[in-house]
Amino acid sequence: MSSVELKIQRFDPERDAAPHWVNYTVPVEPMDRVLDVLTRAKELFDGSITFRRSCAHGVCGSDALMINGRNRLACKVRVEQLGKSISVAPLPGLPVIKDLVVDMDAFFGKYRSVLPFLVAEEPAGEGERHQTQEQRDRYDDTTKCILCAACTSSCPSFWAQPDYVGPAAIVNAHRFIFDSRDEAADDRLEILADEDGVWRCRTTFNCVDACPRGINITKAILEVSSAIGSRR
Amino acid sequence: MSGRYSRSGRPRPVGSRVDLYVWYAVRISSLALFVLALAHFAMTHFVYDPADQSAEWVRQMRWSSVTLRALDWGMLMAVLVHGFLGMRTVLQDYVPSRLRRVALGILYALALALFVLGTQVVLTLKIG
Ligand code: SF4
Ligand code: FES
Repeated sequence: MSSVELKIQRFDPERDAAPHWVNYTVPVEPMDRVLDVLTRAKELFDGSITFRRSCAHGVCGSDALMINGRNRLACKVRVEQLGKSISVAPLPGLPVIKDLVVDMDAFFGKYRSVLPFLVAEEPAGEGERHQTQEQRDRYDDTTKCILCAACTSSCPSFWAQPDYVGPAAIVNAHRFIFDSRDEAADDRLEILADEDGVWRCRTTFNCVDACPRGINITKAILEVSSAIGSRR
Repeated sequence: MSGRYSRSGRPRPVGSRVDLYVWYAVRISSLALFVLALAHFAMTHFVYDPADQSAEWVRQMRWSSVTLRALDWGMLMAVLVHGFLGMRTVLQDYVPSRLRRVALGILYALALALFVLGTQVVLTLKIG
């Protein structure tokens, strides 16, 4: 078993005035992911190391962290891809609750603000609401979001202006705006046609880089901006 | 706006078209600049000899053509629109909200002054 130098940004609100780095030398297996290394450090050295995880397979979106300076899922990046020294910090731009756990309330509040659900008040009639393959393809990319917040917390526009609704909320608005069965596209466009809505996107592309699902987020944002432009 | 808007998140948005127009203006002026600035570059470096181009020369030669004068004015306007709207973005991002109004006010006043001054020079500079 070889080992890596793991550096974790730690913060205990009851003891620390500010976050600080703590180093651990952690034994690793060749196929380990960062999540495995964090778990091992917790088991071997300090049970109080705090982080979120659930599925451990890139599905739930709970373990997005800043790993070696980039936002990614701890359960999707292998130690082998990073080399001998690994730094792990909480997602930037979000309030830290403890160690690697950030407060996601405002993030989910913005998500909820864009009506992220199907609005179809007309009864479906007999059977299901049908869609052609093309109609489904229209918003396919944005269905993949797992709400990990890697995108929003990597966005300099969001760091500068925390009121910005952020890429994740726009991605989830896009998911329904372009769904042929949905009836609330106009409401969502109005919600996003705001100074702190889509217009805060400065096309930096950090979100695209960060997204563990490979969503072309900037394209989705620009599609929403254009839809606002061609409305009315 | 229907009642579906969730209050759990952001405050209710204020419906304004200004940001939409700004968004288009930035993009359209950048397209205009792509053409005009390249044309300007070609003109000053290849069509005419850069060594000849004193202010006096510009006045006598290049601006004796109304078309070239109009093109130069167009470029000036595109630069001003693009540059000032870019600065607006920077102020919106980095100036704290209590100072933002003042900062934007100063920016708009400066922009207006340069628009007027630039247009006045282009319109009134005498040839000859
Ligand atoms: S768009 Fe990508 S990076 Fe952003 S929250 Fe969804 S999955 Fe995460
Ligand atoms: S633990 Fe679920 S995405 Fe990583």
